[in-house]
This record gives sequence, C-alpha cells and structure tokens, in this order.
Amino acid sequence: MPALLEARGLHAGYGQTKVLHGIDFAVEQGGVTALLGANGAGKTTTLRAVCGLIRAQGEIRLGTDRIDRLAAEEIVRRGVGHVPDGRGTFLELTVEENLRLGAYTRKDRAAVAADVERIFGYFPVLRQRLRQQAGTLSGGEQQMLAIARALLVKPRLLLLDEPSFGLAPLIVQGIFAILRRINVEEGVSILVVEQNASLALDIADHAYLLETGHIVMAGGAAEIRRDESVRRSYLGY
Amino acid sequence: MMIGLAHQITSGIANGSIYAAVALALVMIYQSTHHLNFAQGEMATLSTYMCLTLINAGLPYWGAFALAVAASFVMGLLTERILMRPMLNAPPLSAVGVFIGLLLLINAFDGWVWDYVIKPFPSPFGGSNAVLGGFISPHELGETAVTLVMLVAIYLFFRHTTLGLAMRAAAYNPVSSRLCGVRVNRMLGLGWGLAAAIGGIAGIMVAPIVFLDPNMMGGILLYAFAGALLGGIDNALGAVIGGFTVGVVENLFGAYVVGTELKLTVALIIIVAVLLVKPAGLLGRTVQTRV
Repeated sequence: MPALLEARGLHAGYGQTKVLHGIDFAVEQGGVTALLGANGAGKTTTLRAVCGLIRAQGEIRLGTDRIDRLAAEEIVRRGVGHVPDGRGTFLELTVEENLRLGAYTRKDRAAVAADVERIFGYFPVLRQRLRQQAGTLSGGEQQMLAIARALLVKPRLLLLDEPSFGLAPLIVQGIFAILRRINVEEGVSILVVEQNASLALDIADHAYLLETGHIVMAGGAAEIRRDESVRRSYLGY
Repeated sequence: MMIGLAHQITSGIANGSIYAAVALALVMIYQSTHHLNFAQGEMATLSTYMCLTLINAGLPYWGAFALAVAASFVMGLLTERILMRPMLNAPPLSAVGVFIGLLLLINAFDGWVWDYVIKPFPSPFGGSNAVLGGFISPHELGETAVTLVMLVAIYLFFRHTTLGLAMRAAAYNPVSSRLCGVRVNRMLGLGWGLAAAIGGIAGIMVAPIVFLDPNMMGGILLYAFAGALLGGIDNALGAVIGGFTVGVVENLFGAYVVGTELKLTVALIIIVAVLLVKPAGLLGRTVQTRV
C-alpha cells in the first residue's frame, strides 16, 4: 500500500540544539501510525517538522509532493491538520470562531456546514458551548475543540501531539475511540504522538519508537506491543 | 454653569473621538506585535499633509480624503514589510528605537517638504467658528460622527467578517493561526495598514481644530496613549472607551480644576496612575506568569 506521508533522513533542532538525528518513518494511506517515546525524545519536534512549523533537513513527502520546504500555512492547504501539543486553542475567541478558523481555507460552505454537523455528532458538547469563550472550556472539551478545528481543514492526514495530556482517563478513552472512528469512517490517515504507549498502540496499525532523536524500533503495532523491552520500559509490565 | 458643563462634556466627547481612534490604532498594533507604535501620531500627520496637498491640487474634499486614507493604508503596509518584519524577534528596546527613529524621520520629512509654518486645514462640515445648538461647532459634530461611523465599521469588520476573524486570530495566536492556513505575515501587514488608515482619518478630522504643523499629533498621541492604557492596552473596546473618557476628563479638569495649561499634564497623570494602580487597565487582561 502506498504511503501517504514519508520522511527520510529527517534532521531538526532548535538553534544549536539538535533534536532529530536523521530519522525515517511513514504513514500508510488510511492507516494510523503511532510515534512513541519518552519526554524529550523528539516527538513534538517531528510533528512540527512535518507540518512546517520548524525548518528541517531531509525529505518529507505528502503523496507525491515534497513538503519539507513549504511554510506551515501552505502545508495545511495540501490537506494536513495538526492538533498541537497544549491544544493551541484560540482562548480569547468563542468555540464557534475557533471552528470557523479551522475551515478558513475552504470555500465550499455547504460541505463545511455538513462537516460541522458530523463533528457535533462526535463531540456533542461543542454544540452546547458554541457561543462560549474557548478559554472557559475544560481540558477535555478544549482537546475535542482542537481535534474539531483540525478536522474542519478536511485533512488527508491528521497529526496529533499528545492528545491524552492532562486529561482524565475516561475522557481520553472517549477521545481515542472517536479518533478510531474518524480514521475508519472518514478515511483520514493519522499520525499520533503519545507518551501513553498503551493508548496509542490500541488504535495504531504501525508504530515507531523514538529515543533521543533516533528511531530504535519500527513495526506493526501488535508486534511492538509484544516486544519485551517495550513492555518493560513503556507499558509497565 | 450647567451650559458650561454641558459644553465641556460635548467638547470632551468630540476630542475623545479623536483620541479613541488613535488609541484604537495603537492597540491594534500592540495586539499583533506587542510593540507600542510611538510613530503613530507622525504617520497620521503625514496622512494629513498628503490630504492637504491633494486638496490644494484641486481635488474635492472627500476625494482627497479617500485618496489620503488609501495612501495611509499603503504606508502602513510598507512600514510593516520593510521596518517591522525584520524586527519580529528583536528585543523590545530595539523596536522602541526603531519607532522613535521613525517618529523623528517622519517629523523631519514633514517639515522639509511642507515647512514648519502652521497651516489652516479645511473642514467639510461648515467651519469651527459657528456654534450649532450652543454646545458644539458643526465641525466637532461632523468629526465625531465620522469617527463613530469609522469605529462601528471597524467593529463590524472584526466581529463579522472572515478576514477580520483571521486578523484577530493572527494577533492572538500566530502559531495556531498558521495551522489553520492563515497567512500570518499578510494579516500583520493588513493590521498595520488599517491602523495607519485609522490614524490618518483621525489626523484629517482633527486638523481643522488644532491646525496643521509637523508637531500637530504630539499632544494627541499622548492623550491616545493615556486612553489606550486606561482602557487596557490589549483591548480594542477598552481603547475606545479610554479615549472618550480621557477626552471628557481632560476637558473637565482643564475647565474646573487645573486650568488649560495643565491639560496635557492630566494625560501624563492618568498614564502614571494606571501603570501604578492597575496596569492592565479597566478592561485589559491581567496576565499572570508562573515563575
């Protein structure tokens, strides 16, 4: 199956600090790929490089196009939705305005309205809070809003940076179940970065393990889950 | 006594509308760049000189007005592109230096091109000597109306259009805006253009009252700063309310408390008081930083 996203020899860092030391990974068309690793492994840096927020060396392909030299605003228009770490909610704006911004690049009003309805189906609480200021939403609701915002871009590829961060386990389970639904029902490919390896491996088809800027393991989610060292270091048993 | 008070208040509102407009321009720039544009007044003066030149060249008033405001918009766009974009990651003090440099540059340019002689400026509303209804001159009435219409139009633009929303988003959260496909640099440029246009309108409206010379906007900028700080330097509605408040307070203090020579001092006192007592202003957000 052809890969939707492919990265080769990705090097990235911040100023003098080098974080990624030439990594390769791919996201299959229609699949869910998990990028696992501890704090500081370089997971967020990887996502930022893919969506163009930071400059990286190496090759990144989305479909047949190279996107590694493009600005973030342009990569979005190629069909990449990014749910950043910390949610990136526009706190001063209302829920409705946050959603409108998600659909900023789209011209097809009717399709956007239909998408919004479908998103309310996944996250009914957003419809209730439509006129509320986004900063007053709970952590879980803001996470849902951030995912909704990225979905309204109508992405082929959805990037999620630590969606479980700071959320209660029950909320997180609900969100991950919806991510699985979105992948299956809408055919959106997903690259999810998570410290919580168990959660990510539950919904992933493939997984990569990142340690201090190197990919140390790659394979199907099931086999990664069974691996002895992964079990001890990341799954806790 | 009561007629005097009413006159002071209406005159204060008329002045306040100018301060409110300039304060709005200051807040717009502050929200998107976290810098105070000390050159805002001089840019407005330049717009006013451009308008006068067009009027003297034979254009009808409103034609000259429209052209001068459009030119101000372009001037704002260019300032952002050429001066501000390279400064995006510079320390705050460098930005202050650049703004003050721009202030001096424009001021000297105005004096060089148009000389330092104080010039009268025409009013489209029937002059500032005739008194209408006893409280306010036709020009003060007209300029307050024009400024209010402009402020309402700006409000509607930001609240109800997609472009306005994108500009607000780019100011609040540039990173998330880029992730929604908003071209943040373009929004910044538009914000500067709009602020320059607003300042230009304020300058053209106030010139018939205070007369035109390169230093025309100096005092007004100070009042506008006081208004913007009073209302909350990161809040556009606060800037407008602050501007009108400063206008009325300045007039009342000047008439009944300190005399007209110390009116400008009132502005300075407001600035210091706000910064000492409630730096966030009346409507501003108090930002707490965890150390």
